[in-house]
Amino acid sequence: MAAAAETAPAGRSGLGSLSTFLYLRPRLVLTLLLVPPLLWLGVIYLGSLFALLAQSLFHIDDFTGLVVHEPGLQTYAELFTPANIDIITRTVVMAALVTIICGAIAFPLAYYMARYTSTHSKAIFYIAVMLPLWSNYLVRVYSWKLILAKEGVITWLFNLVGLGSVLDWILALPVIGGPSLSVSYIGTCITFVYIWLPYMVLPVEAALERVPRSFIEASADLGAHPGETFRRIILPLAIPGVAAGSIFTFSLTLGDYIIPQLVGSSRPFIGMAVYGLQGTAGNIPMAAAFAIVPIVVMGVYLTIAKRFGAFDAL
Amino acid sequence: MTDAAAPAVSFRNVARLYGEVRAADDLSFDIGDGEFFALLGPSGSGKTTCLRLIAGFEQPTSGDIRVHGKPMAGVPPYERDVNTVFQDYALFPHMSVGENVAYGLMIRKVPKAEREKQAEAMLEMVALAGLGGRRPSQLSGGQRQRVALARALINRPSVLLLDEPLGALDLKLREQMQVELKAIQRQVGITFIYVTHDQGEALSMSDRIAVFNKGRIEQIGSPTDVYEHPATAFVAGFVGVSNLVDGAAAAAITGMAQAFTIRPEKILMAAAGCGVPADCLAADGTIESVLYLGSSTRYNVALARGGELTVIDQNRESPAADGWRRQGGAVRLVWQREHIQRIAADGGR
Repeated sequence: MAAAAETAPAGRSGLGSLSTFLYLRPRLVLTLLLVPPLLWLGVIYLGSLFALLAQSLFHIDDFTGLVVHEPGLQTYAELFTPANIDIITRTVVMAALVTIICGAIAFPLAYYMARYTSTHSKAIFYIAVMLPLWSNYLVRVYSWKLILAKEGVITWLFNLVGLGSVLDWILALPVIGGPSLSVSYIGTCITFVYIWLPYMVLPVEAALERVPRSFIEASADLGAHPGETFRRIILPLAIPGVAAGSIFTFSLTLGDYIIPQLVGSSRPFIGMAVYGLQGTAGNIPMAAAFAIVPIVVMGVYLTIAKRFGAFDAL
Repeated sequence: MTDAAAPAVSFRNVARLYGEVRAADDLSFDIGDGEFFALLGPSGSGKTTCLRLIAGFEQPTSGDIRVHGKPMAGVPPYERDVNTVFQDYALFPHMSVGENVAYGLMIRKVPKAEREKQAEAMLEMVALAGLGGRRPSQLSGGQRQRVALARALINRPSVLLLDEPLGALDLKLREQMQVELKAIQRQVGITFIYVTHDQGEALSMSDRIAVFNKGRIEQIGSPTDVYEHPATAFVAGFVGVSNLVDGAAAAAITGMAQAFTIRPEKILMAAAGCGVPADCLAADGTIESVLYLGSSTRYNVALARGGELTVIDQNRESPAADGWRRQGGAVRLVWQREHIQRIAADGGR
């Protein structure tokens, strides 16, 4: 065996000569590696998305209930009825609130993880942040329904410490209140924040980790108080992470149709509207038109974020 | 407030402990106003800790640090009249070069027009005029180093701290920056405290050098002092080539059992058996290895009485001129009696 290997490196096994063949043709390797994912992305993913969006240019015949395959903007005209605009506003405001609250909770946590933990305790933090993602989404949402219910642990806890009247006062607030937390917008918001929080913590932590200690020291060295150093150095450098996290929390909230259905006032969100329109109502064009809304909202959001310099430090 | 007669920086019995590790151990020294002072030592010797104590990034476990007579205990970095050039430069990537340089002025609320003018003047001083609009990532290593220097100098600190500022540059650039740094220091007249592990850098630039080892200072003195009269075996070995002779070999050469060092370039290498002048010492040996360095040749000579000496011989003529200048050749080493430096046996402790 050893003798054979010595005499003829060119006469190696088939796999060996294939390696040599590919090693000498990097362009071919690149093509072979890129074609399957590009096919997936271009045809299956984007293709079906565009097919769906094309549906929104058709409209439904009011009498027969059948889809009329003639391109037009009739469906979009129907999209902007007051009832539908209500749904869109409700969803966008909720997504914005969830994003802001996630950011407010995630930033201090991520800052602590990036700056003050040892390697070992950082691993524990990572697991703690990601642990919820390992359990079933529906189970977690139903758990929150129970936690937030009138007979649930939160009401019990408020009563225990004598703050039951505070909870009643909060629930008596117009719009965001309700008979109990589990059937109010507050409950929906809490559940959203819980479910999407890891998606905010991880990118913010990664961004803060890339700010070396010497930047903070240099800023202090040049006369900046800790508050100024935070405002002028740490925050600007963490903003791309916050932007990345907010893209997750914002877009995931825009598209979700299960949480507002299980926890909340049962007033529809965009996801629920799409679900209802394409299923029971059979109004595929309107469902497709609704599906356009989150895409447009995200486009506007990213444009604004870019305008404010969110990606300058990338 | 600040005392004009007081030294720029003074340490009194300063120690910094990390758990059981003594990063800085009972340091006491003064650095004069306007001095170029080098902290020289191997990595982990406590020189950077010393710098961070002056900057205020760390507080001493015990002892007293003063800057221009003002006690620094409990004073945070942003209230100290001291600025730092960081080893990794620490330029802020989200700001332009000009904004980086003007950062200290912006923090002090200097109006925009004024600070832009001063930043441009600073950039001109470090030979980067007109590059204020670039991003730090668009500059070369040497240029970033200059930006870091300009940024640290714009607040006109009374003391400038430099943490191995030339460490990341290649040799040619490093030599050029040594000359420029020295010129800038003379121009601005600020006290420079310069951390380095490069003995050549410390010798060529400093007014005085403190040699660090294991958290302590082995010797403080002028470059000539430290090089010609090393106080301890460690200094002799760290600054320049170690040529320590001790025990029986030392006794045989000098007639005293005390260890001594001799700088390799002070030794004259002659053919075996040549005569020795009255004011000179000599030792016989054989050449163990020959290292041709271009301008000079470095010989390791095993002494007949034990021990080894390094000899650096200028190549005034072709090095192969004498037949005995080869590996295994028998030689006699001769040097003037006054050039040896006697060292206490325990390294001065």
